[in-house]
Formats: sequence, C-alpha cells, structure tokens
Amino acid sequence: MTHPFTAALIFATPLVVILAFIAMALLDRRRRGFVQGPGFFQRNGTPIAIFLIGAAVFWALILIVFPQLYMVDYSFHPKLPQIKRGGPEDIYTLENYRYFLFGSTRNTDHWNTTHLNAFWITIFVSTIITIVNFAICYPLAYFMAQVAKPQTVLKLMVLLVIPYWINEILRAFAFRILLGTGGLINNVAIAAGLISEPVDFIGHDVALYAGLTYAYLLIMMFPLYNAIESLDRNQIEAARDLGAPWWHIHLFVVMPFAKPGIASGATLVFMLCAGALAAPLVLGGPKTLWFTPIVYDRFFQAFNWPQGSAYAMILLLTCMAFVSLTMRLFKVSLSEITR
Amino acid sequence: MSADIELDRVTIRFGDFTAVKDVSLRINGGEFFSILGPSGCGKTTLLRTISGFLEPTEGAVRIAGQDMAGIGSNKRPTALIFQNLALFPLMSVAENIGYGLRVRGVPKAERKRRADELLRLVALPDQGDKRISELSGGQKQRVAVARALAVEPKVLLLDEPLSALDLRLRQHMRTELRAIQKRVGITFIYITHDQGEALTMSDRIAVMNAGHVEQVGDGRAVYDRPATPFVASFVGENNGVSGIVEDIAVGMASLKTPLGVLKGRAGAGLTQGALATIFLRPEALQLCPPGAAPDLTAEFVNSAFEGNFTLVFLRAANGQPMTMSVGRGADIATLAPGAPVGLTFSSADALVLPLSRNE
Repeated sequence: MTHPFTAALIFATPLVVILAFIAMALLDRRRRGFVQGPGFFQRNGTPIAIFLIGAAVFWALILIVFPQLYMVDYSFHPKLPQIKRGGPEDIYTLENYRYFLFGSTRNTDHWNTTHLNAFWITIFVSTIITIVNFAICYPLAYFMAQVAKPQTVLKLMVLLVIPYWINEILRAFAFRILLGTGGLINNVAIAAGLISEPVDFIGHDVALYAGLTYAYLLIMMFPLYNAIESLDRNQIEAARDLGAPWWHIHLFVVMPFAKPGIASGATLVFMLCAGALAAPLVLGGPKTLWFTPIVYDRFFQAFNWPQGSAYAMILLLTCMAFVSLTMRLFKVSLSEITR
Repeated sequence: MSADIELDRVTIRFGDFTAVKDVSLRINGGEFFSILGPSGCGKTTLLRTISGFLEPTEGAVRIAGQDMAGIGSNKRPTALIFQNLALFPLMSVAENIGYGLRVRGVPKAERKRRADELLRLVALPDQGDKRISELSGGQKQRVAVARALAVEPKVLLLDEPLSALDLRLRQHMRTELRAIQKRVGITFIYITHDQGEALTMSDRIAVMNAGHVEQVGDGRAVYDRPATPFVASFVGENNGVSGIVEDIAVGMASLKTPLGVLKGRAGAGLTQGALATIFLRPEALQLCPPGAAPDLTAEFVNSAFEGNFTLVFLRAANGQPMTMSVGRGADIATLAPGAPVGLTFSSADALVLPLSRNE
C-alpha cells in the first residue's frame, strides 16, 4: 500500500536521528576525555539496562513515532479501495488538506466553513477552558500549598481525587443528568421559581464547556500545587513586609516562581481539551462543533483514513504551534516545564 | 527618621503554648537593640509581632507612639531581614532592592538610582545587574540589608541574619552592620542567640528566656551585673556554685556551699537563709600564690591553649566541673591530671544571685 521508498523513509528517519544523537554523545565524551561516574550498563546491570533501553525504544518508536509518521504519509494519499493501493492511482496529493479548507477535493470555490469553524472554536474554547481552569486552580493550589494546615491539605486532596476514580464517560453523563432540560438544576430552578422554562444547557454548549473544565481540573491542579509548594514562605512574607499588597505578591513573586508549573498545567489542559473525544460526544448538543468528533468521523464514519490522518495532523500541528508560541510569549523554556 | 518602639505587656499564645509572656520593652529611636536568647525563647515570635506578621494575644505594640494593632506588615514602618534572607531568586540584585519601591509606584529610573545608591552604602557598587545566585553569602547579606533599607523604614528588624556565614565573615559583617546603622541612623532590632554578636554590636541588649525578658541593659551591665542566674550563665562563661545565704552585709553576701563559704557581691532579692548561687567568671578565678590560703580547691583535669590565654578545666571537691582562664604567664605546665589546684578570687568579681522562682 505504501510505496517501498516511503516506508524506508519512515523507518530510516527516526533511526538516523537516534544514531546522530549517539554519535554526538560519543563525540562529546571523547572531546571532554572523561566519563562521569559509572556507565548506564554498570549502574543497572546488563539485563536491566537492555530492558530499559528496549522498553524506551519500543514505546517511543513503535507506539508513537512510527504510527505518527505513517499518518503523515497517509494524509498525502487519496482514498482508494484496498486493491488500488500502491497502484498507478496512488499518488501524492494535497486533496485531504484541500478538503479541510474548501470542503471539496477538487475545487477551491467555497470555504469548508463547518470544519473550519469547528476547528477554530475548538482551539478558542480550549484556550478559554485552560484559562478558566487556571483561575479555579490557582487560588486553591495556593491555599493548599502555602496557607492550609497539613490535615486540611490531605482532606482537600482526597476530595479532589475521589471523583476521578469514576470513569471519564460516567462523569460526563453525570453532567448530562445535572444539566439536561429535565435535569436536576433545571428542576430545582423551576421549583424555586427562578425560571419558568427549562434552560437548554446542552444545546448552548454550557454542559460541554463545564464538563471539559471539570474533566481536566486535576491536570492543572497538581503541577500548580507542586510549583507553589516549593516556594519559600519567607519570600511571600518578605514581599508583604516590603509593602506589597496581596495581588502584587501573587503577580510578581508567586506566579513568576510558579511559571513552569503554570506552563506545564496549561499545556496539558489545552492539549487534552483540544483532543477531547468523550466529553464532546456525551455532552455535545445537536449543533455542537468540536473538532475531535469530526476527526473520529473521518476515520470511522466516512472510512476515509487518509482524510482522518490529514485532520489529525492539522490539529496536532496547530496545537503544537499554538503552545510553543504561547510559551515563547511568556518566556518559558521547555526544560523548565519538564523540571 | 528613627522611631521609638514600645512593647506594652505583650503576650503571645499559640493555642495552649505561651511563646511570649508579658514582655514590656522600650526601645529608643536610633538605637541598636539586640534581643538575645537561646533558640525557642520567643525572640523570633517577638520580632514577627513587631513586624506585623503576628498580632499579640494581649498587650500592644507601639511604633513612634502609634498603636500598631490591626496594621498589617505591609503598612508598618518596619523592614525585616529574614534569617534565610528570602531574596527573590528570579530578580536581579537591583530588582530585589527596588522591589519595595516598585510596590510604591516609584518610576524605574528612580528605582535604579536608589538601588545604585544603596549598593554603594552596603559596599557592593556596580553589582546591580548580577543574579542572586551569583553572589556569595556575605554579598547576599548586604543585598538583603539594601533591599530592606530601600523602603526607608523607621525600624530595621534583623532575624539572626549572620547565622549562615562562617566565623570570619560573621565578625566582619558585625562591624559592617554597626557602621551601616550609624550611617542611616535608624533603629535596629537584632535577634540573636550568639552573645558575642549581641555584645559587640548593641547599644542595649534584652536577654530573653522561656518567653520573658530576664534583663535589659548595655553589654557591660549584662556581662558584669547579670540580674538573674540565667543571664549569668547564658551571657559568657560562668561557674555557678549553689549554697545557702549565710550573711548579707554592705552589699556583700556570704554563701555556704559544699566548697566552703564563698563571698561575693550581693545581687538583688537575696534573703538570708535562702538558696542562692555564686557566679565566678573563668577570668575572675586565679591560681593561688604559694603560701597563701586558697578560697577554693579543685583538681586539674586538662587545659586548652587558646592563643592569648589558656582555658584550664578543673573538677571541684563536689565533683562539679569548673573553668578558669589564665594568662600566658601562669605556670600550669607542671600540673598533672588529678593534681590539686588552689584558687582565689576577689569577692568584688563574684556575684551572688538568688535562685529564681521558675528554676
């Protein structure tokens, strides 16, 4: 199905990159002329070292790099029946990307507004949800990391974690039950006389956005908590002693210190949100636009794998570009996040 | 510029624990005032109360006559130097110093000018652009002082800031801090457990123990005329011998001890027949000249040569260890462990203090 040349390229590229890194490491070692401490094999023993390297290679190459590269290749091919693959019609083409932009594989007369809108709404709403998550988590993380007594922190941790023992889809359904037209919130509000007609939370995407916000709360919470917890309390007091009001301390002492935690939390929440599938499927209304279900449909409803690959690539690359741009904007480096 | 500080019957409790009990102090404007005490005596709690991080459970803190109750630490005319300095690691030296001014809305150029000025004051000229991590311990110390002085406090509070430095640097920073205080002329309140620091820098010292103030006075008063047995044994070395007061006359007291009747100046509150302790400084003890009657006898244990003097460790007749310091001229080389040593002292150099109620 794939051209032999392309297949060779897909397998060779990562190997070349790996070999280049090994060569660089060897060169560096030779130039410095010494080896720091015992080697990886001496430290772990040969069998364990081989297993560790093998497992890492398997995970990185077989599970991540090769499938992704295959998807790249897929995305540049036309949709063909099994029998015609590799034949004369199986040429490199941009038609899948063209379809995303114009809704047609041939002409470029009209924009594919449905998909484009869904795409931008996904990116935009994910950004908003990330910001909302930060706004919810920061005060709580600060309270837990700097203010609360250890017993209180423990209780809060348990309260935060227990809901996540429940399956993601069930949690999404719980939101549906709460926010449906016949749901708990509408019933209570009508009974209390606040509203006369039930509000269509699901149709207006309120349920989806609330569910997504809730789904990734912990993912924001823990990096933030870790970052703020390592801040020396004396620095907060020093700032206060020098006359700083509370908002100044947070803005110029706590947040800059917690920046790596904020960045990793925000990156994770944004990426997961933009790639969320379960919540949009369960909580989305009839008119809801979310990009991931569209990608899913390309693969499993339209059975158009090349187009699905193109859509997945577009989402992945846009998210990566957006995240690295934001990080550049806030002057965070990748090494800080992974710290 | 400087301001008087008044602590009026301040008590601070944390739950059941009373960290500071009924402390009243008056610190004069422009004074270098030390609060000296062992760790856990409540001195840091007291400092945090003055700076506004804690509110007194009872009593009042007044700065320049104004009651500080309900006034947060960011609104008080005090600046605190933390034990670990708490410099902001992500800001440069100049940004650290300028932080308090930035909070007050001082424009950037003015902040830069003030930072340069303060860096010269603390003898770190042209280091404003450095990162905090590039500084040595002593330099960080100076930056912390400059940062605190930048907000022009009326009172500078220092919480054992020198404790992390090595001995030589610490001694150097003592003189430095004292000089800075003289130059800026504001009140310094210095917390320490190191009596050497307190004695060398301070105008006056308050000695604290277990949450209360035992004595307030200048270095000489605290060292020569300790008011309580705690002060006598905490400030400087002291040999205490306990006994019963036999007789008090014209300011002198005789104490009947297991080592014989010893005579010294009578401290306040002595009553005949009560338990008391006589304190003999190592430098007050002398070797008894041959032929004279010794006031005390003890046996030689060993000695430590300290350069300009030698410490002699002795064991008194009742088994209690004693320390004596002798000058270079003293002949102790011939003494073997266990050899009897006769000691004399001038009763004017000895002090008899009553055992306090809580001991």
